[in-house]
Amino acid sequence: MESTQEAPAGVAERNRPRTAERALGFVQQAWRPVALLALLFVAWWVITATGLVQPYLVASPGDTFATIAEKSDYFWEHTLVTLWETVAGFLLASLVGVVTAVIMVYSTTIERTLYPLLLFAQVIPKIAVAPLFVVWLGFGVEPKILVALLMAFFPVVISMVTGLKSIDPEMLQLSATMGAGPVKTFYKIRLPASLPHLFSGLKIGATLAVTGAVVGEFVGSNEGLGYVIQQANGNFDTPTLFAGLVIMSVLGILLFALVEVLEYFVLPWHASRRIDAATTSL
Amino acid sequence: MPASSPTQAPAQMDTSVEIEDVAVRFRTKKKDVTALHDVSLSVASGEFVAIVGPSGCGKSTLLKLVSGLLKPSRGRIRLLGDDVNGPRRDIGYVFQRAALLEWRSARRNILLQAEMRGMPSAAARDRADELIAMTGLTGFEDAYPHELSGGMQQRVALCRALLHRPPVLLMDEPFGALDALTREQMNIELRRIWRETGTTVLLVTHSIPEAVYLADRVVVMSARPGTIDELIPVELPVDRDYGRTMADPEFARATGRIRDLLGAATSAD
Repeated sequence: MESTQEAPAGVAERNRPRTAERALGFVQQAWRPVALLALLFVAWWVITATGLVQPYLVASPGDTFATIAEKSDYFWEHTLVTLWETVAGFLLASLVGVVTAVIMVYSTTIERTLYPLLLFAQVIPKIAVAPLFVVWLGFGVEPKILVALLMAFFPVVISMVTGLKSIDPEMLQLSATMGAGPVKTFYKIRLPASLPHLFSGLKIGATLAVTGAVVGEFVGSNEGLGYVIQQANGNFDTPTLFAGLVIMSVLGILLFALVEVLEYFVLPWHASRRIDAATTSL
Repeated sequence: MPASSPTQAPAQMDTSVEIEDVAVRFRTKKKDVTALHDVSLSVASGEFVAIVGPSGCGKSTLLKLVSGLLKPSRGRIRLLGDDVNGPRRDIGYVFQRAALLEWRSARRNILLQAEMRGMPSAAARDRADELIAMTGLTGFEDAYPHELSGGMQQRVALCRALLHRPPVLLMDEPFGALDALTREQMNIELRRIWRETGTTVLLVTHSIPEAVYLADRVVVMSARPGTIDELIPVELPVDRDYGRTMADPEFARATGRIRDLLGAATSAD
């Protein structure tokens, strides 16, 4: 930070975080979870290296990563399948979720009609209906996408409904005195105001979509990470099973991070992005 | 939709707002609540009228009626000669909370007014610059609401309300959330802005000195049911230096009278 930019007079109290400050803040926040992860990793290694548990029960980190390296083509192929199912399910869930939320917010009748159904769809265990989807849609990617969609849909709808309802009623009254119609009021005021809520729903949805895709693969599939894990389980191939698990978690984390990055660019104004908000929360 | 040229009232008419024998009743689950009862008021074009009264006397309801955001249960409201049915766009509205959009800079918050109305953007930008200078926001145009103090936020809200040169400005406790010093400063500025723009102003406030310093007439209301107790003309000079006004005997008379009325209203409970 050799060149400090002078702020114009009277604007001194403004502090929009600079990239360097942001990076520093990120490191300060990130070291704890990273340390915890490292600790768990060491524990995993110690358990397997000391022979505390049998290798067929828990594969060692070495074996797991060696397996990934050895069968990289195999894992890559199946990861791509699961990735495609997850992303397709997630995107569809986002689209359907946002549209449903908008309709629900603008019509109380529809909201009351749909809410019990939504809740019903949420509480029913997806693994229990997945076989039905296979019967309906076959062994392709479609039933997996459908399970992923169902898993991710609920948090998206709920967060979007909350977001759209969080608008200050005075803002809507103001909009009425500005002579704005409902469409303009929606995209200039209500939609942007709802985005912070929507993004928290999208982040949950992204991780659930991975689970949905894998659950779909468990039920009936000959490709994807769910299939890999099931095959490995049947063959007592613990290193492959662990490799599948590791890749699956990484996939979920990557999708989550992707939504976070998107949020960062779409909502640079949002309160949780501000460095002063971060410091007061310490 | 009424005629949309929000410039000036026709020359022959100098009544800006006319409230005739208005009553408002809200129906809640338990009972009917009468928010306003038997209210009549006529505000001349270019006049500054302050409305004071105890909490719950329907001051804010009165502004909502004038703007058309609320329909009266009885009586009628006329704004610039037309009956008010539904939200009116020839007004400016300022609330106690600035109600700014977090994702827009000060200038873009002000320009929201223009975007919503479909005003020509070049003219709107010029007008925004003019208002930014007039309200002392220069240097803060590009700041976001969270980077502004309460007083600055309220200035932005005021600019937004004045952007389309509304013939009538409705202010609902605009300075209620500000500290005493900022409030005084805003009072002085509002008085100056009012004189520069010539807008009719209806200001709801809890502060008696604020009402007397700013207004030509003060409407004193009482609660349950909300009605007008008395109209107090403020006979202070048009040029009002803040310190000198505070020391003026007329200022003491007017504030004293209002205080008596409000005191009587509360002790009668």
